[in-house]
Amino acid sequence: MSDAEESPTFEPVAPNTGDEFEPVDVFPDSDDFDLRPGADSCYKCAACDTNCPVAEVDDDFPGPKFQGPEQWRLKQTDDDYTVDDSIMSCSNCMRCDDACPSGVPLSQMHNTARGEYVSEQMDKLSVEYVRNRILANYRTSAFFASKVPRLANVAMNFGPARWLMEKTLGVTSERDFPEFARETFREWWAARGGADASRSNARESRQRRGEPTDSEKKVAYFHGCYSNYNTPEVGKAMVRVYEHFGYEVVAPEQRCSGTPMFANGMLADARRHAAVNVSSMSDLVEQGYDAVASCTSCSMALRQEYPELFDIDGIEAVAANTFEALEYLRINEDLTGAVREAEVSGDLAEEFAYHAPCHARNQGLDRQAVELFRDLDGAGIEDVGESCSGISGTYGWKEEKYEKSMAIGEEMFEHMAHAQGEVGMTECPTCAMQMEHGSGYEIRHPLELLEAALVE
Amino acid sequence: MAIESDVLVVGGGLAGLTSAITAAREGADVRLVSYKQSTLRHASGLVDLLGYTPDGEGPLTDPYEAMAALHDDHPYRTVGVETVREAMALFDEVTGYQGGHTDTNALLPTHGGTVKPTARYPPGAAAGVASDDRDMLLVGLESMTDFDAPHAAAHLDAAGVPFAVRGVTIQFPGDLRADAKVTRYAKQLDTNAEVAVRGRNRPVRDALAERVNPLLEGEERVGFPAVLGDDRADAVRAALAEKMGVDVFEVPSGPPSLPGLRLEDALFEALDESGARFETGNPVVDYEGDGAIERVFVEKYGTKIPISAAQYVLATGGLVGKGIESDREAVREPAFDCHVPHPADRYEWFDVDVFGDHAFAAFGVVTDATLRPLDGSGAPEFDNLRAAGGVLGGYDYAAEKSGAGVSIATGYAAGRNAAREVR
Ligand SMILES: Cc1cc2nc3c(=O)[nH]c(=O)nc-3n(C[C@H](O)[C@H](O)[C@H](O)COP(=O)(O)OP(=O)(O)OC[C@H]3O[C@@H](n4cnc5c(N)ncnc54)[C@H](O)[C@@H]3O)c2cc1C
Ligand code: SF4
Ligand code: SF4
Repeated sequence: MSDAEESPTFEPVAPNTGDEFEPVDVFPDSDDFDLRPGADSCYKCAACDTNCPVAEVDDDFPGPKFQGPEQWRLKQTDDDYTVDDSIMSCSNCMRCDDACPSGVPLSQMHNTARGEYVSEQMDKLSVEYVRNRILANYRTSAFFASKVPRLANVAMNFGPARWLMEKTLGVTSERDFPEFARETFREWWAARGGADASRSNARESRQRRGEPTDSEKKVAYFHGCYSNYNTPEVGKAMVRVYEHFGYEVVAPEQRCSGTPMFANGMLADARRHAAVNVSSMSDLVEQGYDAVASCTSCSMALRQEYPELFDIDGIEAVAANTFEALEYLRINEDLTGAVREAEVSGDLAEEFAYHAPCHARNQGLDRQAVELFRDLDGAGIEDVGESCSGISGTYGWKEEKYEKSMAIGEEMFEHMAHAQGEVGMTECPTCAMQMEHGSGYEIRHPLELLEAALVE
Repeated sequence: MAIESDVLVVGGGLAGLTSAITAAREGADVRLVSYKQSTLRHASGLVDLLGYTPDGEGPLTDPYEAMAALHDDHPYRTVGVETVREAMALFDEVTGYQGGHTDTNALLPTHGGTVKPTARYPPGAAAGVASDDRDMLLVGLESMTDFDAPHAAAHLDAAGVPFAVRGVTIQFPGDLRADAKVTRYAKQLDTNAEVAVRGRNRPVRDALAERVNPLLEGEERVGFPAVLGDDRADAVRAALAEKMGVDVFEVPSGPPSLPGLRLEDALFEALDESGARFETGNPVVDYEGDGAIERVFVEKYGTKIPISAAQYVLATGGLVGKGIESDREAVREPAFDCHVPHPADRYEWFDVDVFGDHAFAAFGVVTDATLRPLDGSGAPEFDNLRAAGGVLGGYDYAAEKSGAGVSIATGYAAGRNAAREVR
């Protein structure tokens, strides 16, 4: 390929795959982290800018190159420089990270800048701060709502209340709140007999599969908030599929992965939750468990954001042993072979319009569902393109971001409308909300299809 | 258990994509793994085969004819002219690029106002070719300082093009921020978004045409910087052409480049259709095997995930794509540690003259006739590893204007050779 005039004569640097940075702790000493080697690797190719879905629709957003390496440099050279408020418009989709050929840790820069902006520049009494904090702490609201799911389902979508929320809190009234399940995943799990039941199910499977019954196949399930409170069917599918392959599942104590908190600059909140998650996961990792998540933002947080932002004991080991649910089976089992021999009928014998979440893309997982299920008899799957869904967690819930979020998602909605099927599929719960909101389709998780195909 | 396939291609640039598509079409079960996005995003979207000889003679009229006279180690000589032709035929088929009707190089105006010899160009650039004698208007955008239309027009005029050419600069309707991203223009044009022009809301395509129309002085073709749509570039161009009553084209631009992005999209689509599997985002960092590669390891967050195949293609790019690394001591190929010949003395790697004859420009692995990289003694490094594209040595893409052509030709040959081994 030829660039018209210039040919590159600069000396390239080695890719910064991460090992050159010491893990940094943003709190309590927010002045301590050093992202300079990363900023210095930027050679201004603007590949990050061309990947940013927000810059594509938002005129006021200066783009990842500015938010990351440029702002970092400004901050280092000018003592009075304060973080630009445009950082709050970055949706933390992390697409820029994936784009940069030079390995500049863009999302780490955005997360730290946002953290600094929120802790030092944002008015803690402002409506925006309060609203963001409520949105970011979804788990807390979900926890209470799940105690009275029926009441919550009605109340959260009660028109006058939503109007009030928009007017006073800036939470858009365009969207429907997700429904809360009558029985949470953990309630189901406990009633089913917890880890003991899983152990005996796994042993039976191993026997059936002709594997040694005492083989060490065990995973710790990070279900996250959403599959616990809202879509326990995803968690159940995960458990059944893993047991089918002979894995003993445990569901350790856990909090929110922190994704919505990173995106809102609430790093202190995120750290508190991360500490609980890392401590319970690292104990299990030491005992030979691998951590498996069914939500791609959760696995992303444990693998990349935690070690980038926090210095917590055991964090590296947890990151290195965390996997997304399908990915883990692809690596350790002949999943492709199993799916090739299977077929689905009934409820899930459908054509699916599949959307890969940005955070799956970042883990190199954007293709796995499509490639896996195209060999499955009875179901079809079509990729609806590489665009971002636009909701990015809490971003699309904010009244002032709603229109942008829908503008970003427009491409996906169109591709969904053109796809053969009228059922959507994705790994990310908020992408699912956006898909449903923009297309009216019902949305399923790949694990549900896998369960229908493999588990009788 | 490792993830398995017949052919594993490492690297997702022009060379890797061509390799994987070719191998899949030959019937192999193919997987492609790539670290980050390729250099296509920085390049103009034009496909050069050979614009100049290694000695700087040119611009060349017939690149195929000139290939026969290249030195023996040149990748075109390794694969042979016939293979280059087959590779280009595949490329034309999957991308819809133009220029394949003739062997001779086309001449295209660049954003700096020079005329560049190139073998293939995207449909969006077609109406701009310099051999066409219709008069031309170049339209620059105030906020996009990279393309100075009056300056480019003056340059073209001085170069003696066979048509009259003028340049004007306008403000893009709707007053985008001064440093708006190219994707911002493209998105607006793709969706034909409403923009405010003097207090009135208008669809942006109409508003843009209306802004240019009064400036036309009978020219039959109008060139814009390459921001005319992303997903719907053809529709954007057609709509503007209709509203303006002229042919509309894009002038290839520097990085970041939408034509490069569109080309990348077209190739990934073709890869998907070929049935190959692919994953991007994580680098190959290690391998196992002696004499032959047994498996490679992709690094994800501190975990090394094994992927194995019968045959491997190394298409990790050159110095810029990070397929070749250098430090003060040595030049290396980091994924498989293949031998890269280079002078021991660092001062011989480059010329004191910035535009001089730099040895580093041609650094890369040396191969046998089937594209297997060779070690210091001239024996294949591995039985089942082939190399393609920027990672190869023996050519200087910047001087020869041969980058894309070498990647396509060697990618094709490596993919085909690998697939034939597994049958
Ligand atoms: C700024 C710029 C200007 C250029 N100008 C010109 C020009 O004027 N004329 C010209 O002919 N050419 C030019 N080129 C080069 C041209 O783009 C290349 O010749 C051609 O596209 C190379 O294709 P490739 O597939 O070999 O490598 P690349 O496009 O570099 O792709 C290599 C791919 O491999 C991936 N990769 C690297 N290491 C690993 C690993 N360990 N594991 C997995 N994946 C890996 C990379 O992420 C990348 O996606 C320019 C390039 C740049 C960057
Ligand atoms: S992609 Fe990386 S190197 Fe390029 S401008 Fe962005 S941060 Fe800099
Ligand atoms: S994380 Fe996403 S929204 Fe934020 S700057 Fe990067 S690409 Fe843009």
